[in-house]
Amino acid sequence: MSAQPAIDSFLNETGAMVGSYLEACVHCGLCAEACHFHEMSGDPRHTPIYKLKPLFKAYKRHKAPFAGLMALFGWTPAEVTQAELEEWQELIYDTCTICGRCTLVCPMGIDIASLVALTRRGMVDAGLAPPDLMAVTERSLKEGSPLGVTPKVFQERIAWLSDEYDVEIPLDKKQADVLVTASSIETMKYPESLAAMAKVFNHAGENWTYHTHGYEATNFGMLAGSREVTRAMVTRLVETAESIGARLVVLPECGHAYGALRWNGANIIGRPLPFEVLHISEYLAKLMREGRLKLKPMTGSITFHDPCQIARRGGATAAPREVLSGFASDFREMENAGKANWCCGGGGGVSTISRADALRHKVFEIKMRQVEDTGAEALVSSCANCRQTFDDDKAHYQWDRKIESLVEIVAEHLSN
Amino acid sequence: MSFAQFVEGPLWYASAAIFVVGVVWHIVSVLRLGGRRELSTPRTGAAGGVISANLRHFFPSGTFLKRTTFHVVAGYLFHLALFALLLFGAPHVEFIKQHVLGFGWTAFPHGVFVLSAELAIAGWIMLYLRRLMDPVLRLISDADDHISSLLVFVVMLTGCMALIQGVTALRLIHMLTFEALLVYFPFSRLMHTFMFVFSRSYTGAAYGRRGETL
Repeated sequence: MSAQPAIDSFLNETGAMVGSYLEACVHCGLCAEACHFHEMSGDPRHTPIYKLKPLFKAYKRHKAPFAGLMALFGWTPAEVTQAELEEWQELIYDTCTICGRCTLVCPMGIDIASLVALTRRGMVDAGLAPPDLMAVTERSLKEGSPLGVTPKVFQERIAWLSDEYDVEIPLDKKQADVLVTASSIETMKYPESLAAMAKVFNHAGENWTYHTHGYEATNFGMLAGSREVTRAMVTRLVETAESIGARLVVLPECGHAYGALRWNGANIIGRPLPFEVLHISEYLAKLMREGRLKLKPMTGSITFHDPCQIARRGGATAAPREVLSGFASDFREMENAGKANWCCGGGGGVSTISRADALRHKVFEIKMRQVEDTGAEALVSSCANCRQTFDDDKAHYQWDRKIESLVEIVAEHLSN
Repeated sequence: MSFAQFVEGPLWYASAAIFVVGVVWHIVSVLRLGGRRELSTPRTGAAGGVISANLRHFFPSGTFLKRTTFHVVAGYLFHLALFALLLFGAPHVEFIKQHVLGFGWTAFPHGVFVLSAELAIAGWIMLYLRRLMDPVLRLISDADDHISSLLVFVVMLTGCMALIQGVTALRLIHMLTFEALLVYFPFSRLMHTFMFVFSRSYTGAAYGRRGETL
């Protein structure tokens, strides 16, 4: 292994936007004030901008203005070394969920999360991504899903869910207006979510389908920084949607799936997407606005956790509130709700890195405090990865609050 | 040519030229790095995001204000007082009139000029103490951060000394340190003076398209 592939990757991806970010930073350290990992560890190394030191070094040496002039005088900054990258692996992967909260406090408005994602792509090129994260990432390429949901498993799962939940679930229709996708976390751990999606689409009277070619919405390539896997997963969805003539692709309760297809899909395949992309919360809000979602009132107090990639970095912050305000009788906003919300701590692939568990559990204390301050009995989210993180931490802390999924509570309250 | 004439003549023009050419070169070099065309379908326009990001990041939003009060107060104290004394200090207005623009404007009364200098120095001390004492700042600061900060301080300090009217040597020392600052500026993190606009704008455009104001 060598650091050179990472350096080449950093430099290839450094355009005017990245250059502006790196040149604008004044090392004020305010980003530490927004980071949940720094908040709970107090470790200065967890300062977001510090996690980008290898990227800064490569840029300063090779691409910064006057880099050539400096070299003439022998003032060339040191090269990034493999040892440094190995040391930084923990900072780039274990202690950053790419949540983007640090951008809010940065006086320069630097999108540090996007720079961490860029740095991860270099780490993958250098073979320096965490092995457990890369294992699930490569599995999604080989098997179609990071959690072993092959097309056959998906087909069997759908058949079982259809019986178990007594709901019609179309699969592999040759033509459908709406392609509905799933997250493998849901398929394996929260299968009732797939049934809930089916109930909603049937309720809306859509011509829709799941599909055994393009079913997996999660994109671990995006999390790990693997261009190959990112492209493959996006391509499967695009091919499927095009083959069945879908005008709309609905993404499941998965945060990064939204970023991968909605905001990066077209850039990844190199052309505009020939269909609309909506997160399920946006689709539900749309149904509600159109009067196509009839819900019975929901009792009990709830609060909502904004998944970072859907709200802060995705812009779909209002949608779940539109939905909840339509049927939840006691909806309470937590402090910092919306774009300033604290991350669950398990996004960005962190929940798959076992050595990161201790700090991730610590980070969850922020979420517990946020929820408990509202007094709500249940914590609702629209991201299966957040939900899984919450469930894992709930077990760790023996926490007494219920964890709910937005689409599931909507399906439970559909009015016939 | 006397030393004073040299410092206020060729040396001034040379350092000013390095500053102007260097700043332009720096900005153009960064912008020439280019970028890809964005192909995703926007939810809303980018322009609103650019304007919003440029304004919002002047002041931390409510949730972060409490945590950043010291830095915000020190930062504004330093920057506002520095620009005030730079643009409205009587000797500076006179210098701009004679050596830069050919015209001047109404300057601060002497007392306000001195007060601005004191506030700027107070702000600088707060910021630099934070850089020296805060564990985060200690870790992330590099040589450029210290050189830039100290150079600015030396210019301000010699400027205060130059307030003693009629002592040419003190005025020349101030002028020399200012010229050193001008030469160092384009190669340093002091370029944030200009680059913050581009940084905020890129983020504003990217997230403005997504319908979020970061």
